[in-house]
Amino acid sequence: MSLEAFNNRNVAEGDYFLVDIEDYPTTGWDKFKRVVKRTFKGELFVGLWVVMREMIRFDIHTVQYPQEKMPIGPRYRAVHQMKRLWESDTERCIGCGLCEKICISDCIRMDTRIDENSRKEVTEYTINLGRCIFCGYCAEVCPELAITHGGEYENASEQREHFIMYEDMLTPIDKMKAGKQLEFEGFGAITPHEDERVKKTPLAY
Amino acid sequence: MDSAYLIETIIKVVVILLIFSALAGIGTYFERKVLAFMQRRLGPMNVGPYGLLQVAADGIKLFTKEDIIPTNVVGPIFKIAPVITAATAFMAAAAIPFLPPFEIFGYEVHPIVADVNIGILYVLGVMAVGLYGPLLGGMASANKFSLLSAARTAAVFISYEVVTGLSLLAPIMMVGSLSLIDFNEYQAGGIGDWIVWSQPVAFILFWIAAFAETGRTPFHLIANDHEIIDGFGTEYSGMRWGLFFIGEYANMFFISFVIPLIFLGGYGDGSLLGALGLLGKMSFFFFFFLWTRAAWPDVRPDQLMWLCWKVLMPIAVINVVITGFVMMF
Repeated sequence: MSLEAFNNRNVAEGDYFLVDIEDYPTTGWDKFKRVVKRTFKGELFVGLWVVMREMIRFDIHTVQYPQEKMPIGPRYRAVHQMKRLWESDTERCIGCGLCEKICISDCIRMDTRIDENSRKEVTEYTINLGRCIFCGYCAEVCPELAITHGGEYENASEQREHFIMYEDMLTPIDKMKAGKQLEFEGFGAITPHEDERVKKTPLAY
Repeated sequence: MDSAYLIETIIKVVVILLIFSALAGIGTYFERKVLAFMQRRLGPMNVGPYGLLQVAADGIKLFTKEDIIPTNVVGPIFKIAPVITAATAFMAAAAIPFLPPFEIFGYEVHPIVADVNIGILYVLGVMAVGLYGPLLGGMASANKFSLLSAARTAAVFISYEVVTGLSLLAPIMMVGSLSLIDFNEYQAGGIGDWIVWSQPVAFILFWIAAFAETGRTPFHLIANDHEIIDGFGTEYSGMRWGLFFIGEYANMFFISFVIPLIFLGGYGDGSLLGALGLLGKMSFFFFFFLWTRAAWPDVRPDQLMWLCWKVLMPIAVINVVITGFVMMF
C-alpha cells in the first residue's frame, strides 16, 4: 500500500465508509430481541474458528532470539563505527572535534596532536556507551562521513560506564582490503542520486 | 471391613492423587502450548526438547520458593485455604469412574474409589465446598484485590451451583439414580442412547456452568489478571499458590470426566474402545477449556450474574418441567 492513500485527507472521496453501528436498544422488548439475536448468531463460534484456523495453519511468528535474529535496517543507529577511506585505506577522521562538540550527552572524548608530517592526528577517541543516547548527531555532523552508526545492538555490560575505543570502532584493515566496508545510509550520509542534484555554483550575479 | 478392600482403596487413592497431580502439571504445559499455537507463538521451547521439561522447572521453582506469610493476614486461615481448594478438588474424584472395570493379575479392579449411591450429588457438593478455598484465602489476605476476588467467588460459585443442580436434575430424573456408574449403564447401548440427544439443553447449561465452577476464561473474573491482579492468589507464594493451581487444574480434569460420563455415554459398554472413548471425550472437554481461553473475552461480574439468574436458571427450570411432563405422559 502506498502512502498516498494515507496522505489524502479528503474523506468525501475514496474508500471511506461509516461503520454500521446500531443504536442501543431502549425498550425491554428490543433488548430481549438483541439478546436472542446475539445468542443464536454464532459469533462465539467465529472466534473459536479463527484461533483454531491459526493453530492448524501453524504459521508461527516467533523469532527465537538468541538463536535467530531479525535483520535490522541499514539506517539503524547502534554502536558507532569509524570508517576508512576507500582510496588509501587510511582513517577518515581528521580530528576536527565536531562530534565531541555536538554530542548532547557529552559521551565522546577525543584528543589530537600534530604529527611529524604536520597533519592532525587523533591520539585518543572514546565513546561512553553508558551515556550515549544514540541520537545520531555525531554521524550527522561529521564532515568526512568518518563516524557512523553500525548494526551491533547487543551491548550488555557489567558496568554502566561502557567505553568503546577508537580501535574497536575502526574498520579492520583486512576487512577494508577485502572491500567489505559498509557505508552508513542514515541521516548525514550521502543520499542516493546525489550526483544528479549537484548544481553549478551561481557566480553569474 | 476386610483388609483387601482397604488396601485396594488406599492404592486407588494414591494412584489417583499421583496421576492427577502430575496431570495438573502437564495440563499447564498443554495450556501454554495450545494458547501459544493459537496466538502464532511457540510457547515454552528452551527447557528440554520442545519445552517438555518446563513442567519440572516450574515444579522446582514452586517447591523451593520462600513461603511468605504477609504481616497483616489471618495466619491459620491464610495457610489452610489452598489446602481446601486442592483437597476438595481431589475429594470430588472419589465418586468418578475414570475407566471401566478391568482385570489385572486375575483381580478385578473398579477404577472408582467409592461407588456411593449419591455419586453426582457428592461430586457437585464437594466441588462446591471448594468455594471456601478462594473465599477464605481472599478474605484472610489483607488485600483489597483478594477481598474483591473472594466476594466474586462467593457470588459466582453459589449462583452457578443453582444452574448445575437444576440442569442435572433432568438427566437424574431420566436415569433415576445419582451414581455415575448407573448413568453410564443407562447410556451403554451406544451413541443413540446418549443423554445429550434427549437433554441437549441440560448439556449446554451444565457445560456453561462448568466454566463458572472451574473459573475458566469466559467466567474467569475470580482471578482476573487485568482487573484484580491474581485475585485470591495475590498474596500467596511458592507451594501454597501451587496448591491453588493444582486444585484448579484437577477440577478442570474432573469436570471434563463428569460431562461425558453424564451426557456423552461415558465409557460405554466397558470395552477397551469405550475406555479410550472416555479418555478422548475427556481430552476434548479439557482442550475446549484452553480453546475458549484463546478465543473468547471475559464477561463482567454483573453480566455473569445476569446470565445465571435471568437466562440460565429459568431455562433450567423450564427444562426440568418439560422433562417431567414428558416422563409423566
